[in-house]
Amino acid sequence: MALKTDAVGKEFASAEYEVGREKIREFANAVGEASPVHQDRDAAKEAGFRDVVAPPMFCVVYSAPAMGPVILDPEVGINLATMLHGSQEFEWDEPVCSGDVITTTPTVKEIYEKDGKGFYVFESLSTNQDGKQVVRGTWTNIVRGI
Amino acid sequence: MEIGESIQELRVTPDKYLPHRYAGASGDFNPIHIDPEFAKQVGLPGNILHGLWMMAQVARAHTEAAGGDPRSLKRLSVQFRGMGFPEQELAVTATVRDASNGRVVTETVAAQGDNQVIRNAEAELQID
Repeated sequence: MALKTDAVGKEFASAEYEVGREKIREFANAVGEASPVHQDRDAAKEAGFRDVVAPPMFCVVYSAPAMGPVILDPEVGINLATMLHGSQEFEWDEPVCSGDVITTTPTVKEIYEKDGKGFYVFESLSTNQDGKQVVRGTWTNIVRGI
Repeated sequence: MEIGESIQELRVTPDKYLPHRYAGASGDFNPIHIDPEFAKQVGLPGNILHGLWMMAQVARAHTEAAGGDPRSLKRLSVQFRGMGFPEQELAVTATVRDASNGRVVTETVAAQGDNQVIRNAEAELQID
């Protein structure tokens, strides 16, 4: 079966995520980020942040509402049962703090076949309520046995 | 940090229920991560760690090496190359490949024993 590549260049709706203090704490605890700037408002302010600051990898939380529909899109056509997360890149800019509203816009960058596998490359751009870029993500999913 | 130097190794053993806590924290409830029986039904040895949790350990190894400031990590790219399992120690080993003008680039591996779960990871740190 030939790989469907029609969705390359397809833009998807942006999704908003409102960052909460308890969610940052929960995530920091789950990944073992022990710095008080992820827990305590005063410690975060002392370090120069507006409020409790998210660990860098919290980007997966605020990007998720935008990325979910891309992976499930019938035009993209990923077979979820045989999908693997192949590689991942993030480039961070402005830190994300409690109270921020993050808008993420996903794009389908590439779909190609290699060694009998389908490679699906998505990009996400996330900005905060001031229009400042907070992260750019490149998500590569691999589908076996296409 | 100088070229060829290793950054402080990070070692962490995720407990049996860590994938459940990370599922809740991240919103990724894919049953291959939290349901050993489901994982076995689809041909896996058991439930496997979230790749992005393992990536978060690579991120943490770097921010801790830079003194704990989350702003120090500018970029991180990883390739997922193996399955990670709960109740096995994960070691993150990073070597400085390039260092100039306060920017440090490392080459990193995350492994459980001989099982390299993340390879060819590259991180960029800003050191003030």
